[in-house]
Order: sequence, then C-alpha cells, then structure tokens
Amino acid sequence: MVAMPARLRMLDRKLLRDLWAMRAQAVAIAAVMAAGVTMFVAYFSNFDSLQRARAAYYDEARFADVFATLKRAPSRIEARLAAVPGVHAVDTRVVADVTLDVPGMSDPAAGHLISMPERERPRLNDIYLRRGRWLDAARPDEVLASELFCESHGLNPGDRLGAIINGRRRELTIVGIVLSPEYVYAIAPGELFPDAKRYGVFWMNRRSLASAFDMEGGFNDVSLELASGTSSPDVIATVDRLLEPYGGGGAVPRSLQISAWTLDNELTQLQTFGLLVPAIFLGVAAFVLHIALTRALALQRSQIAALKALGYSNAAIAWHYVKWALIIAGVAAVSGVAIGAWVGSIFIGIYNAFFRFPTLAYHLSLGLVLLSIAGTLVVAALGAQSAVRRAVRVPPAEAMRPEPPARYRRSIVESRWRPLRLSFATRMIVRTLERQPMKAFASTIGIAFAVAVLFVGLAFMDVMNVLIEEQFNRTMRQDATLTFAEPRSGRALHDVAHLPGVLEVEPMRTVPARIRAGTRSRTLAITGLTAMPRLMRVIDRTHGPVAMPPDGLVLSQMLGQVLGVAEGDTLRVEVLEGRRPVHDVPVAAMVDDALGLQAYMRLEALHRLLREGDTVSGTALTMDFAERDRFYAAVKAMPAIAGVAMRDTALQNFRDTMAEHMNLSIFINVIFAAIIAFGVVYNSARVSLSERSRELASLRVLGFTRAEISLILLGEIAILTILALPLGVAIGYQMGRLIMAQFTNEVYRLSFVVKPATIAWAWLTVIAATIVSSLLVRRRLDRLDLVAVLKTPE
Amino acid sequence: MTSTAPLETSESVVDTSRVFTARGITKVYEMGEVRVEALRGVDFDLAPGELVVLLGPSGSGKSTLLNILGGLDVPTAGEVIYAGQNLTTADEAVLTTYRRRHIGFVFQFYNLIPSLTARENVALVTELVDRPMPPEDALALVGLGQRLDHFPAQLSGGEQQRVAIARAIAKQPAVLLCDEPTGALDITTGVVVLEALERVNRELGTATVIITHNAAIAGMADRVVRLADGRVAGVETPSGKVGARELQW
Repeated sequence: MVAMPARLRMLDRKLLRDLWAMRAQAVAIAAVMAAGVTMFVAYFSNFDSLQRARAAYYDEARFADVFATLKRAPSRIEARLAAVPGVHAVDTRVVADVTLDVPGMSDPAAGHLISMPERERPRLNDIYLRRGRWLDAARPDEVLASELFCESHGLNPGDRLGAIINGRRRELTIVGIVLSPEYVYAIAPGELFPDAKRYGVFWMNRRSLASAFDMEGGFNDVSLELASGTSSPDVIATVDRLLEPYGGGGAVPRSLQISAWTLDNELTQLQTFGLLVPAIFLGVAAFVLHIALTRALALQRSQIAALKALGYSNAAIAWHYVKWALIIAGVAAVSGVAIGAWVGSIFIGIYNAFFRFPTLAYHLSLGLVLLSIAGTLVVAALGAQSAVRRAVRVPPAEAMRPEPPARYRRSIVESRWRPLRLSFATRMIVRTLERQPMKAFASTIGIAFAVAVLFVGLAFMDVMNVLIEEQFNRTMRQDATLTFAEPRSGRALHDVAHLPGVLEVEPMRTVPARIRAGTRSRTLAITGLTAMPRLMRVIDRTHGPVAMPPDGLVLSQMLGQVLGVAEGDTLRVEVLEGRRPVHDVPVAAMVDDALGLQAYMRLEALHRLLREGDTVSGTALTMDFAERDRFYAAVKAMPAIAGVAMRDTALQNFRDTMAEHMNLSIFINVIFAAIIAFGVVYNSARVSLSERSRELASLRVLGFTRAEISLILLGEIAILTILALPLGVAIGYQMGRLIMAQFTNEVYRLSFVVKPATIAWAWLTVIAATIVSSLLVRRRLDRLDLVAVLKTPE
Repeated sequence: MTSTAPLETSESVVDTSRVFTARGITKVYEMGEVRVEALRGVDFDLAPGELVVLLGPSGSGKSTLLNILGGLDVPTAGEVIYAGQNLTTADEAVLTTYRRRHIGFVFQFYNLIPSLTARENVALVTELVDRPMPPEDALALVGLGQRLDHFPAQLSGGEQQRVAIARAIAKQPAVLLCDEPTGALDITTGVVVLEALERVNRELGTATVIITHNAAIAGMADRVVRLADGRVAGVETPSGKVGARELQW
C-alpha cells in the first residue's frame, strides 16, 4: 500500500491507492504513451538542434545566397556582378577538382580545391578553423582540409597527401582542419551518398591555385550575398546573362546548393516524422486508455453510486476519474521527455557523422518539454473523457443495484451450425463475444493497432532493403563508374577497356543543363545512355528497366512534379557547356525512380542536341576484382580521369552513414512498437480478468478446474488476437503508405514493399506478447481468492 | 446542521413538524421489455427525531421509496417536499447539494470505498460539509474507536456496516436513510449495528428511516409503515418501543 502524506484529500488517497492496485496496467498504458512522447521529443529536439546550429552557422559564416560556377571570367566582371541590383556582397574564387592520392588508400579520392584570399578571410562562406593554423601566403603547397575527410583518414595538421593538379603530381601539406557552411554535408558532385573517405574539400592560396590552373587575373566560381528582400530569381537571371559569355554554369539559389538542399530535406523529414509517428503512437495510447478506463469504471460502478449518495457532485467524481488518466499521462510524459532527451542526444551524435557544424550541440528547449507534457495530458484527457462521462451519467439509484444479469442468447455460431455441439467453454466464449460485439471489437482494434505499429516499424527495414536492392543491384549493375576530366571522343572507351581488369564498358555522356518549364527551372546534369543500357540502368519502381527513346528526355517523376510537367510536354533545355545550345525538348517518358532528380536521353539524341560527334564524359564498367589494385594504380596515373566511383564502396557508404542512421531509428521504432503491443495486449487481458473474476470464481466453486476456467478467459483473448492479426496488417499497411507519402522528397522515394516475413514477425511478436500477458493473467487467475470474490457483492 | 436547514438560501415558510412530506409517489421502471411499477401512489411523512421502520417483502418498493426520499432517484409522479423544497422538480445539482448537506445513507452492502481505511471512508464525507463530527468521534459512537486504520477488507461485515453508519452520521445530517442495514448480517452482528443506529437517533436526534423485510426490527421503531406491492399497506405505532438489544429474530 502507498504511504500517504497527511494532508491529502480522501478522493485523492483513493485515487493513488486505486492506481497502485492497478499499477501493472497503469504502467502498461504509461509505457505506450511514453513511447509516443519519446519519439516526439527525440525527433523534434533534433530538428530544433539542427535548425539552431544551421541558423547560427549560416549567419556567422555569411553563407552566400546565390552560387554560380563558370569556365573563366576576368576579374573585372566582379565589379559588374556587385553592381547587379539587390546584390549586397560578391566573392569570387578559383575552384578545381583533382584526383587525390591519399597515403594508405589504393583507390583514388576526389578533391575539390577552393581558393583562399591571401592575408584575409573569405568575404562570404567563411571557413572555421577547428585545428592547426591558417595558410602561410609564402608557401604555395599548404592547404586547409575539411574535417570529415581528415577524420576518416586520421590526417592531422602537418600530414601530406598527393594531388594530380593539372596533370602534375604535387605534394600538399595540411596545415589546418576546417569546416565550411558550403560543405556541412559534403558530397561529391554526381554521387548519391556522401563518402568522407573519397571526397575531400581543400582551401589553398589563391595565387598558387590560380597559377596551377591558368586562372591568374580571373575566377571560375562566384558567391553572392543578397540584400534582404531581394528576389533571388531576378538576380539569378541577371547573373546568368552576365556570366553567359564566360561559360556560366547557371547560378543556383542557396535552397538548391547541394549541402543546404540536403540539410533542408533532412530537416523536413525529421519534422514530418517527428509529428506523424508520435501522433500514431499517442492515438493508440489514447484509445487504449479509453478502453482501460471504460472497463475500470464499470468495476467501480457501485463506488461511484456511493460517492453520489454521499453528496459528491458529478463534476467532482468525473474530475476524480479524469485524474487517473492525467496521472498516468503525467508519468508517461515525464519519462518520455527524459528518454526522448537521451535518445535525441544519441541521434545528434549520428548527425554529427555526416553534417558538420562548428558546434552541433544537443538542445532540448523548455517549450518542447512543455508542449510534450501538455500534449500528452490533453490526449489522455480526451481518451478518458467519454469513458468518464458515460460512467458518471448513470443515475445513482440505478448504480446502487447490482447490474442485472446480462442478457445472453444462443450465439449465431450455435444456431447456424447446430450439429456443431460446441463445448461448454467454447459456448461461453462465443456468447460473451457476441453479446458485446462493440467491446470485443474495441479490444480487437486495440490489439490490431499493436500489430500495425509493429508491422510499420519492421517494414522500414524492408523499405531500406528494397532501396538498396533497387539502387545497387537493379540500377547500378556496373562495378565502377569512371568520369573524365573533360568530355572526350568515344575512342577513349577503348583505352578504358584496356585498363587492367576491365571486362565490359558502357559509354555515358553527362552534360550540365538548366531545364525550364515556364517559370520553374532546375540546374542538373542530363545523362546520355545507350538505347538499352546494360550496366547503368534506369529502373522504374513498378515497370522495371526503361529503354531510352530515340528522342526526348526521360525524367524522374519527381523532377516532373518539381517542374510541373507531364509526358508529352516540352521543356526548354539550356546546355551549360561548350557552345551552350538552347533547345526545346519533349518529355518522352517519366520514370518512377527511387533517388534524386534525374534526366536521361539516348546518347545519340544528346549528341544531336549538343551538335557534337561521338563524345563520352564517363563510362560504366565491370571488372575483375583480382586486378583491382593494378586498376587503381592505372587510373591514378591517368590525368584524363577525374574520378572513379566504385559500387561496393558506395554501397558500403550507404550502409555506414544513411543506413546506420535509419537503422537506429527503425530499431527504436521497433522497440517502442513492441512496448505498445505488449501494453495493449496485457491491458486487454487484465481488463477481461477483472470483469470476469466473479463469474470465473463461481465456476471454480462449482468444481471447474483452473485449466478449464483459464480456457474460458484466455480463449476469449486468443480469439480476439487472431481476429486482430489480419486487421492489424491492414491498418499498418495504410499507416505505412501514409508515412511513405510524407517521406517522399527530392532525395528519396521509398517504396512501401513489405516481405511476408515481416508480417510473420509482427504477428509472432504480438502472439508472444499475448502469451506472456496470458501467463501473467493466468497466474492471477490461479491465485483468485474464491471466498473473497464471492462474498463481496458486485 | 441537525435541524432542517433550508436547501437553498431563499427563506420559505417551513412546516417544522415534518421533515418529509411525500404525496402520491409513483415510480415506473422500463427495463427493456419489462415494465415494473415499483410504487403506486405512496404517501409518507417523517417528523424530526422520529425513527421509522419501513417494512415489506422484497419487491414491495421500499428501496425505491428510500432512494426517492434520499434524492438518488426521481418519482414518475407525485411530489416530495423537504423543508419547503420540492425535490421532484429539483435538478441534479440541487439534489447533490441536498444529499451532501441533509442526508446520511446506509446501504445493505455497506458500499465502502475499498481503497480507503475506516477513518478515511468517514473523512471522505466530512470533507464535504462545513461543521462535521470528527471521523474518530463518529467511529467511536458506533463502537469502532479501535479500528480506525483498518481497510474494509480487514473488517467483518458488521464492522463494515458500522463504518458506513459512522460515515453517514459524521456530517450530522438531518435524516439517516438505511436500506436493509442488517440484511447481510447475522443476528448478533445485526443487533450491534441496530444499537448504533438507535444511539445515533437518541443522542443526536437524527430522524431515521430503516427499511427491512425483517418484522422483528419493527419493535425498535416509533412508527412502522408496511409496504406491499408498491402501496402503503398499513401504519402502526408500536405500544411498547424496545431497545435493539431486546429484539428477537
């Protein structure tokens, strides 16, 4: 029994003792609610922390608003850019992509070099020095290196690495480890997943970088800061016109800068996830609370009547029972916030692995804590209110009388199948279920929700596997993708085919372009492929491999949505390379693909568009892995090759970073879903026991064995569970599709594909929860004090 | 609070010689397919300080009448006047106040709150009113001064019923309504419970209505009202009122 403080009102004492008496049930309900609160707090505190870190960093580092790359422009253009209306500040740079030779790694890595002004810090996109020192203007081979790259190789200030710069190998010395707002999320161009080991960003003295790439007195990259209230599309249009003669690659606003865009997508995803999953959990909790309280109140019928007779008002009694729910919810909210803060701080650690800020501190705001607690209390009160209202509304005189014996009748099963001759216990079970179909239905729904949340939690593993299967087995069938530094004649393919270990090659031609549909536009790469690619395939999630039509573009359905176009519409394609032709090109087909925003064309059609001959910019290839090291060595020695992307490392990266993160949240989802499943099932079983204890005790007195009465009670639970299993999968399927619909964005389109094994696991878990709950209840049933149960009136 | 204080603050002409005046009480229950006429035009009066036994077989309508007098139920027809106030037209809030300030209930099955001790069950009521009797005094009055901190499950039936009586009288009600208070008890225990009721009636002057199907209890009444089949079958005033201890059954 609970020890009571002296000055506690009697109804509150009753409240605490009643709760203590049903503590197992209360804990089960609280656990369900706490699971919801934990998810909410974990996701939202991460959202909040990332958003704060981002806002502070962008602001502090003067992260630019518009970015553009070009071939080469003379320095005087900088003044003209600064004069564009709405432009507040301009920073020009020299940038270059190089192949790196990192000590201890046989395959080549890609390096992105960015110029640093001598004797001052960059005007925009300032970098943050984590360790080491700034560059010495007198030493041309010093670089500052991005933190993630250095971490993944264990590089420290003072370490050296080789780089193929404009065809010549140079030794660079790392003097400082830095962060940049442009590379919070560092991903190599054209890659789908970040690879900290194979993509590094470096800052180098402008003079030495410019001289290496013949950029003295010019620049090939520009960042703009806009005055507040300036429309970026207008500025972008002007900047593009200005830079066009200099090989401008099309300016992009900050929202489409790759790092900022990925971070935005991640934040949006966190936000939707942080709302949707907890909403489902809390909804289930409210429902369970409602059922539990309705049944508990039915057992308190005569006590409610006595309180009324003593002069307690309906409002006082209702408040008393609502407090049951509020206390349970309060405990749930507080523990949910505590666990959520803990889980959230673990999540933040994982974000740190691929989003880099100078400081990414875990922040749990008071507002979020209060919102979680208030939200939980409101949900609990909603769950409780109808149950309480119904119980309190019963006229006292009626409640004083024992409930009239429930009106049973022969069940439909019995009258339909008369020759069936059901056993006595089965008859009792069937009649009970049929007498109160709504009650049975409510219990079934409760258990079905348990199946559903578990099913959805587990299904995410399938979803990730399907994504991996689609991307790494069906789409990318090549072992490696080579990219040339410059587009080359198709004959280059023969050279690649003769590299050590190469078995099969397939040409690829990618060209940067801006695609316009009316006012909407995107700057991206159009990939030219053979008519029916064998290695680098285009896969539609429902229809499989897609052939390249002789003419026109094949777009990701998502890109079609972004641009607001459909099959048959015409797009304006502005090529941002070479002679920069502009053409109207029809959309020949849309493909429902899984990743990114893609635009493809038949190789020959792309050549026609570019008015060029047989040209390739890269190749997909398969290889004999026994020759791997010789292959790498050869590739590193060829200046014409800008980079090589291996499928197995990409897959490894995906598993390491994205999948690690996803798997943790999936794991937590599954744990909480299991808690819900157990909480719901245990509650149903306990409620049935308290409702039936008198009846069951009477049967025991009449000579029934424990096994026989257990059969009656547990048989009922078993039937409800069996009904709930398929229903739960149906509900879960809808929930999963709802979540998936929210999950769809420009980065991912996940397919809600569920393997039969997942359904089996969800079912087995709920069946296990049912068995454990039944055993716990069975133990109580065995200890049923027959005399006490029968002596007390109902 | 022992006298018939008005229900509402408004002053009205009150017939101080009557606690209750009930006229033509009729109660019909519709229970699904069955229609039960529990009361068919019952008249009933109760004087201050009076101890009345309502006698009748089960199903005669005693409990229904008691519930209506206590404001737990409303009649289908007829009226009940308490201290100048018509209970039959009162709403739920007024009836709650009425029960809270003026009525003490004792039920056949005690209806104690199982999660509260004897003292706490009494305190449950004393918290509701302005000038209650201390719970300990109320329990001492029914002879349970030594069992204050026991839970209902730790008390015998007779003890539980005496806690219920202490709970009913602790708020110093004008009327004590007892529904088969000894119905679930054996003779010896029943007598102890009746003694407690008798003592409360005598020492506090609380008007008391006891309903029972046990004719022997009638001996301790100032007046006996017999109910049969929902009607008053007779009213008698026993010549020699005896103490509860001398009752025989």
